[in-house]
Amino acid sequence: MKIAMALSGAVLLAYLTAHMLGNLKIFFGESSFDHYAHWLRTIGEPLVPHEGTLWIIRVGLTVSVVVHMAMAILLTRRARRARPVKYVHRPPVQGSYAARTMRWGGVIIALFVVYHLLDLTVGVANPTGAAGKPYTNVTADFEHWYITAIYTVAVVAVGFHLRHGVWSMTRTLGRQRPGTERLMGRVATGYAVLMTAGFLSVPFAVTVGIVG
Amino acid sequence: MADHAAPEGPLAERWERRRLGARLINPANRRRLPVIVVGTGLAGASAAATLAELGHPVVSFCYQDSPRRAHSIAAQGGINAAKNYRGDGDSVARLFKDTIKGGDFRARESNVHRLAELSTQIIDQCVAQGVPFARDYGGLLDTRSFGGAQVSRTFYARGQTGQQLLLGAYQAMSRQVAAGNVTVHARTEMLDLVVVDGRARGVVVRDLVTGEVSTHLAEAVVLATGGYGNAYFLSTNAMGCNASAIWRAHRRGALFANPCFTQIHPTCIPVSGAHQSKLTLMSESLRNDGRVWVPVAGGDTRAPGAIPAAERDYFLERMYPAFGNLVPRDIASRAAKRVCDEGRGVGPGGLGVYLDFADAIERLGAATVEEKYGNLFAMYERITGEDPYTVPMRIFPAVHYTMGGLWVDYDLQSTIPGLFVVGEANFSDHGANRLGASALMQGLADGYFVLPTTLTHYLAAGPFGAVDADDPEVVATEQGVQDRVKRLLAVDGDLSADHFHRELGLLMWEKCGMERDAAGLREALARIPELRAEFWARLRVPGSGAGLNQSLEKAGRVADFLELAELMCLDALHREESCGGHFRAEHQSPGGEAARDDDSFAYVAAWEYTDGPPVLHREPLAFDNVTLATRNYA
Amino acid sequence: MKLTLRIWRQKGPEDRGGMVAYDVPDASADMSFLELLDVLNERLTASGEEPVAFDHDCREGICGACSLVIDGVPHGPQKATTTCQLHLRHFRDGQSIDVEPWRAAAFPVVKDLVVDRSGLDRIIEAGGYVTAPTGAAPEAHATPIPKADADAAFEAATCIGCGACVAACPNGSAMLFTAAKATHLGLLPQGKVEQDTRVDAMIHAHDEADFGGCTNTGECTAVCPKGIPLGVIGRFNADVLGAAWRGR
Ligand SMILES: Cc1cc2nc3c(=O)[nH]c(=O)nc-3n(C[C@H](O)[C@H](O)[C@H](O)COP(=O)(O)OP(=O)(O)OC[C@H]3O[C@@H](n4cnc5c(N)ncnc54)[C@H](O)[C@@H]3O)c2cc1C
Ligand code: HEM
Ligand code: HEM
Ligand code: SF4
Ligand code: F3S
Ligand code: FES
Repeated sequence: MKIAMALSGAVLLAYLTAHMLGNLKIFFGESSFDHYAHWLRTIGEPLVPHEGTLWIIRVGLTVSVVVHMAMAILLTRRARRARPVKYVHRPPVQGSYAARTMRWGGVIIALFVVYHLLDLTVGVANPTGAAGKPYTNVTADFEHWYITAIYTVAVVAVGFHLRHGVWSMTRTLGRQRPGTERLMGRVATGYAVLMTAGFLSVPFAVTVGIVG
Repeated sequence: MADHAAPEGPLAERWERRRLGARLINPANRRRLPVIVVGTGLAGASAAATLAELGHPVVSFCYQDSPRRAHSIAAQGGINAAKNYRGDGDSVARLFKDTIKGGDFRARESNVHRLAELSTQIIDQCVAQGVPFARDYGGLLDTRSFGGAQVSRTFYARGQTGQQLLLGAYQAMSRQVAAGNVTVHARTEMLDLVVVDGRARGVVVRDLVTGEVSTHLAEAVVLATGGYGNAYFLSTNAMGCNASAIWRAHRRGALFANPCFTQIHPTCIPVSGAHQSKLTLMSESLRNDGRVWVPVAGGDTRAPGAIPAAERDYFLERMYPAFGNLVPRDIASRAAKRVCDEGRGVGPGGLGVYLDFADAIERLGAATVEEKYGNLFAMYERITGEDPYTVPMRIFPAVHYTMGGLWVDYDLQSTIPGLFVVGEANFSDHGANRLGASALMQGLADGYFVLPTTLTHYLAAGPFGAVDADDPEVVATEQGVQDRVKRLLAVDGDLSADHFHRELGLLMWEKCGMERDAAGLREALARIPELRAEFWARLRVPGSGAGLNQSLEKAGRVADFLELAELMCLDALHREESCGGHFRAEHQSPGGEAARDDDSFAYVAAWEYTDGPPVLHREPLAFDNVTLATRNYA
Repeated sequence: MKLTLRIWRQKGPEDRGGMVAYDVPDASADMSFLELLDVLNERLTASGEEPVAFDHDCREGICGACSLVIDGVPHGPQKATTTCQLHLRHFRDGQSIDVEPWRAAAFPVVKDLVVDRSGLDRIIEAGGYVTAPTGAAPEAHATPIPKADADAAFEAATCIGCGACVAACPNGSAMLFTAAKATHLGLLPQGKVEQDTRVDAMIHAHDEADFGGCTNTGECTAVCPKGIPLGVIGRFNADVLGAAWRGR
């Protein structure tokens, strides 16, 4: 169960990393970014049909998300069972906040992803909603401060989730030894900060006006 | 009275001869011979694991919620073994001599020699089980030296040797639990021994969770229930340590040997107030670098730092220039008590002396001192709130170990056939004073190596006939326990069991503590029966006997201490000499040292329980392999 | 000093239980937390009430019996300290303190603050030992062990089996305890041989005893009185995965 969690987390992680890097292309201008979005849909052509690879990725992602969420729910239920009576005095957090907020953080991310898909992939929630013109859509989004705010909250949640997620994953998969513990902790923090910064750079760049 | 199991011949061959002469049982028959082991400390757990491994079904009991919590877990210093890994001249013969001398010539030669022989096998056994002893950079086992020895033979696992050894034994026992050979009844207290046709055949126990009283029957019973130092209320023993199991066996006919031999440890954290519930030991090793002192003038309430050197009395260095702060436990303890009695003690109630590291810190540097004693200093600070790096520690002696216990022969069998007694619960190997790091050795020797031979020998003489639950003896014993529980609950007075325990403890500490005299002992002997009568008239045990009732458990234990204490005083009064932990003020050398009387008292005092006054039996001690000498540390 | 205690009282496993407030006006800063309960119990006994049941034995931080959750933290606010070693000087005069039992499905309440921790024993019985028959061990010096391994094994071996890790873990998991034992034995050559079967058996026993799954929250190590490092869990997971892999 823990292993399924970690593996599905790892898939999501890989995607997210690629996605963040892809997003940065926005700094290279509209055509570069749109071309990237287009390229996403044409990888492997003509071997695989149009959007084939993208769909494979999407299927992979969906499977991972479903597995990941299912496992999160199972683990949470098991935890509930393992502590049927709650403490009267709510325990203060002794470990780390990132660790304690995995479950709520995950839910926030899930909600965000739904919104995000409606926003930029399907387009219904987007101020412009122009199909095939992601650059326009993205820039349209972040002209509005509240959308930037939504993204910020979500991305920060992702950051926390990743900080603990990466660290936890290496541990679950047994890639940590007492000696490498602190190193891993730093790697996880560094990675999470980079990801957060990378993601955030786009909306802020748009809002502030560097891009768009 | 004599030890009929003692083998003849040269000392070094006796154990081998005993082993050769012992009867054996074939493996298939062992399954039909169940054994009860009460206690899961080093002695009990090692015995249970080994007997189960031999194939006997073992039923084990302890009062804690897990066998791993037996008080052996608290031993800090280490375990002796004559491995001579250092090449510093150690040998079985030397360990034997040191132990006999340390015990002030009141232990049996053959037992002690066997203990010294087995010591080396214990280390092998423990290492094989994964006990993480300290090692040096070459990967080999490290040792250190301890009081009363000139060689480095103490194996240790930082300050937690007892814990690691006990976990080893507990794990070995757990393995047998998984194999179905051991059944553990934790949170179950033995309240009486079942004797049928003169043989020990079972125990009556109370399940501390359900309150149910029941009887367990077997072919033989092993008691490994630890020491009775808690008779003094304050001691380094765990809160639950009790004498009930051995006292009940004593009342059923097992003789009680040398009850007055108790050891007082000099370096404990002193009492801080009336609320104090137990005393915490600080390792003896602190005396290697700490200097012990009190103010020269009585009633000096200045802070220690404000007292100039000239107004300090480094009394151990003054009285024992040769050994200084490193004199043996009993001597250091008595000296500390004496200066406090003079009104020169420090800290709350004037019950403490300074153990000062200022010189050591100056000489070695704070870092070195921290490396050596860091964990002890931290523990001290946690308890007292004082930082020993800047303020001298305060220490005071405390009851620590009881050398006395049920009398056993060389086979560790009591005077009741089929009742074997191991570990601190018996009296066997330490004479009038136990050397540091020797109790762990004895408990494991008894359980891992001695019992498998001697208990098997006993069982092989059977079968002793079937006993069933409706045997009149069994029924009567169980009924007796039920009645006693009811009686304790029925007194319904106004004072708690703790109240009586405190009062008894204080009395024993004053009158039968590290220094005794005839007048004080007589006073105690007059007072104890009164206290007992008060107990049975004014005790209050809230709640019922059905279910967990810690007040009831406590009351039963105190009731037994109230009986045992009288025997301790009686024994102390009858022994008109000073030896080891037993110091009679009337019997001291002009220099204030213990004066033994080998002509009259070179014997084991074994007391028999009767409805009237206890009857004394003497087992004479012969010393053919060591010369009787006076201990001298001045 | 004067303290107010709100203590969980529960007559037995079937009782619902609840918090009851008691004033202790005559506490002293030098008392240990358990001595505070002694004082309270003495008073309850005098007034004919049933004293508060709680587990304790050695009172020097080594047996692992004491088990109180103090203001939501197992073993209370002082780091690396068992309840019995916690002294009142760490509390304020007039403070109100909540005292509860360890809470976990695997630790059912027996009475008041006393819980049943036998699940931990079952994990050890499953495999927390070296199969070394008694009586015929090889010479202790036959296998040298690198000091670093011996020290690391010792570090893990200092676990006192108190169960505070379970009490603190949001998942009610006993991973820290289980991993500490497996690490101690697995690091030594004597114990390495059967590490695969050991970890497999121990993790199964752990799950069967109703302990929850570890999600690496790290609350356990924060309350552990012996400071068992979280790293043992990583090592244990690696051993479990390795065992599963080699087992296929
Ligand atoms: C603080 C301290 C430090 C020490 N340090 C050292 C040291 O460094 N070296 C050394 O050699 N020795 C040391 N000793 C002494 C040594 O630890 C003990 O003598 C030894 O461990 C006793 O072991 P045992 O198996 O006989 O009894 P214990 O370990 O006390 O076990 C007694 C067992 O009997 C059970 N029991 C008791 N009564 C009953 C009953 N009525 N019904 C059912 N079960 C019962 C208990 O549950 C327990 O399982 C120290 C002692 C103390 C107190
Ligand atoms: C749907 C919403 C989500 C929920 C409810 C959720 C919940 C959780 C939970 C409870 C954990 C367990 C923590 C642990 O095992 O230590 C976890 C781990 C993890 N999550 Fe998520 N998560 C969600 C979305 C995501 C997303 C979108 C990603 C990818 C970017 C992700 C990446 C990870 C990673 C890498 C781990 C570590 C796996 C491990 O340690 O076993 N999660 N998640
Ligand atoms: C602020 C930063 C982000 C920006 C600018 C951004 C931008 C985009 C864009 C433009 C697309 C559409 C690609 C396309 O259809 O061509 C997209 C898709 C997607 N994004 Fe983001 N994104 C951001 C953050 C995130 C985060 C934090 C997550 C996950 C936790 C995420 C998950 C996804 C997913 C799952 C898709 C759908 C991919 C697909 O199936 O087509 N994004 N994003
Ligand atoms: S790991 Fe720590 S908290 Fe858990 S049982 Fe062991 S000592 Fe207690
Ligand atoms: S708190 Fe619990 S989740 Fe794991 S890291 Fe510790 S066992
Ligand atoms: S009572 Fe033993 S550890 Fe606290």
